[in-house]
Amino acid sequence: MQLIRPDININFIGKRKLAMAISALMIIISLGMLAIKGLNFGIDFTGGTLVEVKFDKPAKIADIRSAISPKGYGNAVIQEFGSPEEILIRVQNREGEKSSTISTAILDSLNAKFTADAVEMRRVEFVGPQVGDELTHAGIMAVLISMLAILIYVTFRFEFRFALGADAALLHDITIVLGLFAITGKEFTLPVIAALLTVIGYSLNDTIVVFDRIRENFAANRKRKNPEDEGLIANNAINQTLGRTLMTSFTTLLVVFSLFLFGGEVIHDFAFALIAGIGVGTYSSIFIASPIMLSLAGYFKGNADETREMEARP
Amino acid sequence: MHSFPRWKIWLILTVLVVSLMGSLPNIMSTPSWWPSALSHPMSLGLDLKGGVHLVLDVDVNKAVTHSVEEDVDTARQVLRKEKIRYRKLASEGNTLKITIKEASDLAAAETLLKDTFSNYNLSPAAADNTFVLTLKDSVADETRKFAVDQAIEVIRGRIDALGTTEPVIVKQGDHRILVQIPGYEDSARAKQLIGRTAELQFKLVDEKGDLEKAMAGSIPPGDIIMYGPAKRGANGQLNRQPYLLKKHTELSGSEIADARVSIDSRFNEYAVTLKFNSKGSHRFDKLTAAHVGERFAIILEGVVNSAPVIRERISGGSAQITGSFTPAEAHDLAIILRAGALPAPVQVVEERSIGPSLGQDSIDQGMKSIIIGTLFVLVFMGIYYRMFGMVANVALIFNMLLIIGAMSMIGSTLTLPGMAGIVLTIGMAVDANVLIFERIREELNLGKTPLAAIDGGYDKAFSTIIDANITTLIAAIVLFQFGSGPVKGFAVTLSVGILASMFTAITVTRAIIAVSTEKRARIEKLSI
Repeated sequence: MQLIRPDININFIGKRKLAMAISALMIIISLGMLAIKGLNFGIDFTGGTLVEVKFDKPAKIADIRSAISPKGYGNAVIQEFGSPEEILIRVQNREGEKSSTISTAILDSLNAKFTADAVEMRRVEFVGPQVGDELTHAGIMAVLISMLAILIYVTFRFEFRFALGADAALLHDITIVLGLFAITGKEFTLPVIAALLTVIGYSLNDTIVVFDRIRENFAANRKRKNPEDEGLIANNAINQTLGRTLMTSFTTLLVVFSLFLFGGEVIHDFAFALIAGIGVGTYSSIFIASPIMLSLAGYFKGNADETREMEARP
Repeated sequence: MHSFPRWKIWLILTVLVVSLMGSLPNIMSTPSWWPSALSHPMSLGLDLKGGVHLVLDVDVNKAVTHSVEEDVDTARQVLRKEKIRYRKLASEGNTLKITIKEASDLAAAETLLKDTFSNYNLSPAAADNTFVLTLKDSVADETRKFAVDQAIEVIRGRIDALGTTEPVIVKQGDHRILVQIPGYEDSARAKQLIGRTAELQFKLVDEKGDLEKAMAGSIPPGDIIMYGPAKRGANGQLNRQPYLLKKHTELSGSEIADARVSIDSRFNEYAVTLKFNSKGSHRFDKLTAAHVGERFAIILEGVVNSAPVIRERISGGSAQITGSFTPAEAHDLAIILRAGALPAPVQVVEERSIGPSLGQDSIDQGMKSIIIGTLFVLVFMGIYYRMFGMVANVALIFNMLLIIGAMSMIGSTLTLPGMAGIVLTIGMAVDANVLIFERIREELNLGKTPLAAIDGGYDKAFSTIIDANITTLIAAIVLFQFGSGPVKGFAVTLSVGILASMFTAITVTRAIIAVSTEKRARIEKLSI
């Protein structure tokens, strides 16, 4: 079976203005939403307490609130988590609240109201204010360092403009995934950062495959008597790898969807980030990375020796 | 096709056997000939097993202040011994301030202080006869480091008393401690047990001092006011009984050999009976002999627990702490007193505790998504690439076996995000095969013979696969460096998965295809 015909020839590069416009629009919306609505940061970054409990029968949120109100947690965020029996309670850190004591108070008051047998502790998370700051810092550093490492690796293996194209595609993907989190209001947690880094790795993987083919075709082109236009060569490379690009995205999406549907509530947002990222990553490796690389032609042109050396690499 | 190198086939078979044997402990025990060092089931993270996960911050600066405070006592003793009169002794942060009464004693005091406090930098006496001693930085650092190490030992003692299996108590960074108690549910009790400093002191009550005057502000030198526990009085108000005590600590928790739950015979209440060690007994004996008729106060964590009258000299060396305890409270107090006091206060700065049922649910859901995801991919590859797809499927199953075997053998921990990493690896593992197979199809379209197309496909796809996987590996390594706990687990499975998939998707599929084609003289058509 072959869904992508071998002689397929879509003019991707020719549609780059349209693609750029679409991407620009998505990025503007994302940045706008990030600025206006912002991300719904989880306690990993804001600090705070999270208590997940399971009741023996569906629980009313009002009852839970009235149980914990006397302790001063009436303003807690209380929501269902996957099923009516499972409840998530979130409380912000208070000034001077440095140790993990809120969860104990909440569980005690729930046990007192509903009897200890009716309430089951599923999960308690507490992140102190200082730890929250550290995790935020580590998260930002992780994204920046991996982008830098990739810039270096791609420059080493290809050319600087390829590396810029790849990093532009990555920034594009991250911005749009972040924008989606702002729009949907999904909770932004530590695992989501992990998902973002995976998206970086994945999107790059896609881009590299296309670049690899472009490099190969460029080399062949230069040996010709009448070299053709770079854009045309790049477009052929995208078409040649199109089958693979779509196939891999498809198989990866298959498993990530399985994770999204069956992996449980805890992993849900993580899987969502992956789905969004793989989708956008596939698009950007076709429509963003190569056009940007092409538009940078001539800016960072090496001498003939460098080109020869580059072509000698495997 | 030219014959495939035999050593590669042997390598593949060896890897297959090793990963099979490595995975085996997850289902059943391994035969005796297999090295036991490589035979353990994959360990599950707390998020899958359930348990208490705490990160504690040790207030290391308190340990420094504390040690300086203790040196005030030392200064008092040596000055008295040498008959040098002083006006004021005080500690402030990491400095000691000593004001000498007579200017004529300054020279003698300077020599004495220099000899006694080699850990401090001594500045020459100021105009008001005050010496300022500053703790040396190296000593302060050493004290901080020691406080964390000692806190780890104390906490280990307390947690061991819970009787759980394989708790983890390790240093994290400079002044943090990671505590993991797998399979333990009662996070409130664990926090209570770990967080209490359990600092125990015995001080004499200043029977000659005037408590009322002291409360009004004129505390006699060398004395201190401390309070009993808050009690509700007759008018409903909370009252705390004040005590005027000698500052000097006669005995402390470090002189305790044992602590046991007992019943206080007078009130028929739960209590904790302390037994002093030989040094403590000796001091207690001397103390009680010298102060019959006076009271001594037992101070737990800064609160006066009781102040019984010394009726006679006590040589046996035991004391009792009372306070309307429930059996559980008395039990836990005995545990922490036995394990000793924390050298500095600790705070829980991060907690991630998981109940056992959520852990099991996560395992079930994780396994479900792995199985369903794998089935999807297997079916799809079979349909899309037919025989070659089946070969890729064999490699994929080999790949999963290799991941499970490798993770079991290197003893890495499987977490929920780790399971997600495996799922993701499945999707990406077939990528290498997709690249190769698409290339083979291209070569066929160019009119090459089937065997030449296979060779060309593998050769041309190789550098692409390496480049693409290395970049993903870079992201995974960065993730490992910066991630914490569960996220690290994801980075580990992703990295192991990427490495395993490069082996299975390139070498293993190539071997299968080579072995199945080499006996045949001609191949007309490929099932791809």
